[in-house]
Amino acid sequence: MSEGSQGLLLAGVGGQGVILASMIVADALMRAGHDVKQSEVHGMAQRGGSVFSHIRWGERVDSPLVPLGSAEVLAAFEWAEAVRWVEYVRDGGAVVADVRTIVPPGACNDHRSWLRRYPGIDGELFDSRHLKTRLIDATATAEELGNVRAANSVILGTVAAFIDIDNKHWEAAIAHLVPKGTEEINLAAFRIGRDVAEARVPQTAPDPEGFSGPHQIEINHVWCKGCDICSRVCPEYCLAVDVDGKLTIIDAEACTGCKLCEALCPDFAIEISAPREPAVVGNQAAADGSTL
Amino acid sequence: MIITAAPKREVGSSILLSGNEAVAQGAVEAGVLVAVGYPGTPSTEILESIADRTDIDVRWSPNEKVALDVALGASLGGVRSMATMKHVGLNVAADTFMTTAYTGVGAGLVIVVADDPGMHSSQNEQDTRAYARMGCVPLLEPTNSAEAKAYTALAFEISEQFDTPVLVRTTTRTSHNRGLVELAPRVEHSTIGFTPDPTKYVMIPGHARRRRPVVLERLAQMSQYAEESSLTEEFGTGTDFGVVTSGISHHYVREVIPDARILKLGMSYPLPIERIREFAASVDRLFVVEELDPYVENDLLAAGIAVEGKSLFPQAGELNPDIVRAGFAKAGIVEEGLTIVPAPTTVTRPPLMCPGCPHTPPYLALKRLGAVVTGDIGCYTLAALEPLSSMDTCVAMGSSIGMAIGMAASGGADGPVVATIGDSTFLHGGIAGLADAVYAQANITVLILDNGTTAMTGGQEHPGTGVTLQGTPATPVDLLGMCKAVGVRDIRVVDPYDLAATYGALEDAISHAGPSVVITNRPCVEAPMKVRDTPFKVIADACTACQACMTPGCPSIVWSDELFEGRRKVVIDEVTCTGCTLCVQLCPPHAIVLVTNEEETANV
Repeated sequence: MSEGSQGLLLAGVGGQGVILASMIVADALMRAGHDVKQSEVHGMAQRGGSVFSHIRWGERVDSPLVPLGSAEVLAAFEWAEAVRWVEYVRDGGAVVADVRTIVPPGACNDHRSWLRRYPGIDGELFDSRHLKTRLIDATATAEELGNVRAANSVILGTVAAFIDIDNKHWEAAIAHLVPKGTEEINLAAFRIGRDVAEARVPQTAPDPEGFSGPHQIEINHVWCKGCDICSRVCPEYCLAVDVDGKLTIIDAEACTGCKLCEALCPDFAIEISAPREPAVVGNQAAADGSTL
Repeated sequence: MIITAAPKREVGSSILLSGNEAVAQGAVEAGVLVAVGYPGTPSTEILESIADRTDIDVRWSPNEKVALDVALGASLGGVRSMATMKHVGLNVAADTFMTTAYTGVGAGLVIVVADDPGMHSSQNEQDTRAYARMGCVPLLEPTNSAEAKAYTALAFEISEQFDTPVLVRTTTRTSHNRGLVELAPRVEHSTIGFTPDPTKYVMIPGHARRRRPVVLERLAQMSQYAEESSLTEEFGTGTDFGVVTSGISHHYVREVIPDARILKLGMSYPLPIERIREFAASVDRLFVVEELDPYVENDLLAAGIAVEGKSLFPQAGELNPDIVRAGFAKAGIVEEGLTIVPAPTTVTRPPLMCPGCPHTPPYLALKRLGAVVTGDIGCYTLAALEPLSSMDTCVAMGSSIGMAIGMAASGGADGPVVATIGDSTFLHGGIAGLADAVYAQANITVLILDNGTTAMTGGQEHPGTGVTLQGTPATPVDLLGMCKAVGVRDIRVVDPYDLAATYGALEDAISHAGPSVVITNRPCVEAPMKVRDTPFKVIADACTACQACMTPGCPSIVWSDELFEGRRKVVIDEVTCTGCTLCVQLCPPHAIVLVTNEEETANV
């Protein structure tokens, strides 16, 4: 550790304002007389991907990257990102996390068990590391103030409680860097963030029954004229019209029984029926991670 | 778009600048008058951060080669000039670059190249230091923002002193790292004018043969410069071991071993080999910690200096303090790092095409059409990922069209061959490929995704947008006219938000024998301005959970907690929905409808 430099990690999703928030933190630390380095990666990450920023400060800072297990605070603007980056926090450090969730579409592609691959919100998840976990609903707090975009300032307010610099540096940095005209609301959000109440963890809905095996697709080739409607609408890409204009099943296993093809077939040539053996009921995917 | 602290740049004050902003600041202070580049992560913000300066000609070129040509021309014309690009951009500019050492410069010429170890946003992680050696061009490597400024300014001096272009190599961690930088005043360097000298600037074989010995002699002089220069710095004490570092790895070493004996190379080509030999003799063990290739290590070994490097520190990927610690632990120099409790499992969050992205529908159509798609570099490369999974190749800027010609010629494609390329990439490197498609009468379709910007790097102007980097109007390149002029006979322009029309246009183009072109004409939803129309919502009672709307992978559509026959219904995030209508066109039960005005007002 270079002469006692400390670290902080900010993490969120592209478009949430992680970079601006980290510039505010870096500016505040600089105003407090510290050497500061702030490092991020952008580019691909802007496209709804995971965005993170490392900040290090102290008398003299060498690495701009926070070594694993050494950050004082992780500020996560989204729950799954808190889970993703928690390795960087030192034992006994703090995690400030927004309980709002941004579920990526990739978490909704399991058309068999219908389980979302998204970690359940659970402040006790980090208890074994003795982390000070603060779950807050910054968006709701900012909404009450009248501008959702001030949510990041609420989080910074909560983060500030874990960093030993004078409040005036934080407020000066915010006033300096937030968009003109929003200084007052962001400062108000920051002050509320300092002692905002813990959020109520949203209730999770029960998981559906799950997949009971692929449905049966039956094609009446006498009636089918190969018009191609069914294969174009099939969300699972089960069907195709071959070069001879004949409808074929290319992936019988993928049929989830949505019956779109059956409903849209102008010739009543397709029939979808329930799985022959309603076998092992889903939720097998639960094994590969926690679910919401 | 650039996110900047917009600090008041008062001379003498210290402010936080990213490495990119610091490079630009160094060039400004050194009196640069022409600065040219092509956008590419992590180099893009260098030019953007000085675009508002009226005393400097700051421009985007259609590609890096043109950028370097412009900068070289300006240098010969007598003004200090700079070209900026990412590492793979130097491949494009390499043809010019390799001869710049022969021509030398007029006024100072600095080429800033940003490498991307770890490939955060690149197709490979080549090491620009190899180009320095191949081109006989000196290379400076700043380790932080303060040095990024200082070295860039110094590079202009070196350039003029030795009559050579100078490379400044940054990496993602120096480019996108903010640190404190002290500002100095700009020193004006007005033009010294162009002095015609065909034996120096006209590189016909007879002239080039006479320049070659000059290049080698200059190299020897620069080696001497490196030996004596303050760019080579020593840190720390001790004789047990010493470490040779350059670039960001210097800080990682100091992080792990704060008082380590270090020889830091500010100039890593040519190497100050005698300084290093002296340093090596003063320690029992010598290490070199360098990101990417064993470039310094191999040179030291060739010079007969025993050194340990890549046996401890990986060649692939980016270094960080944890990896450097592990290397020194393996060498028995430091203790192992902490044992880290692994993070709980979480959802992966790959980058995605934005809600309303006009690139999405054409790829949905190409998937249905069973096309073999040679792709290119841009946001649309994300179509290679789930759920669109409709791109088969992506190699280099502009490669899509030539590769499609070859794929069609091979006869090995199981489906129609379609090249897909964005407008900026087409102007960068696709035009010659299209000419070849006509010349070869290749049976391919070229899909030009014209969204009117360079979206992937944050929305930069290009010759097709009709505006320059500094905001002045320009004559936009006419893509349709260009395709006609090249000789394409089958050209269609289609609105990609109309899925059926897009599908039809592609289907028709594919059935055309010989080369055909389809141009989509919707602007990017994020740049130059945010496109936001009335959002849509799902009528839950009408949703049959068929998942048809989820096939494009729109980030605004996710599962709801409601079920229909055991399957999940969907819900649209009205805050991020741009109202592009793609999901509406896909929804068989017509369950997706406009959010009414009253609801919209209530949400604001």
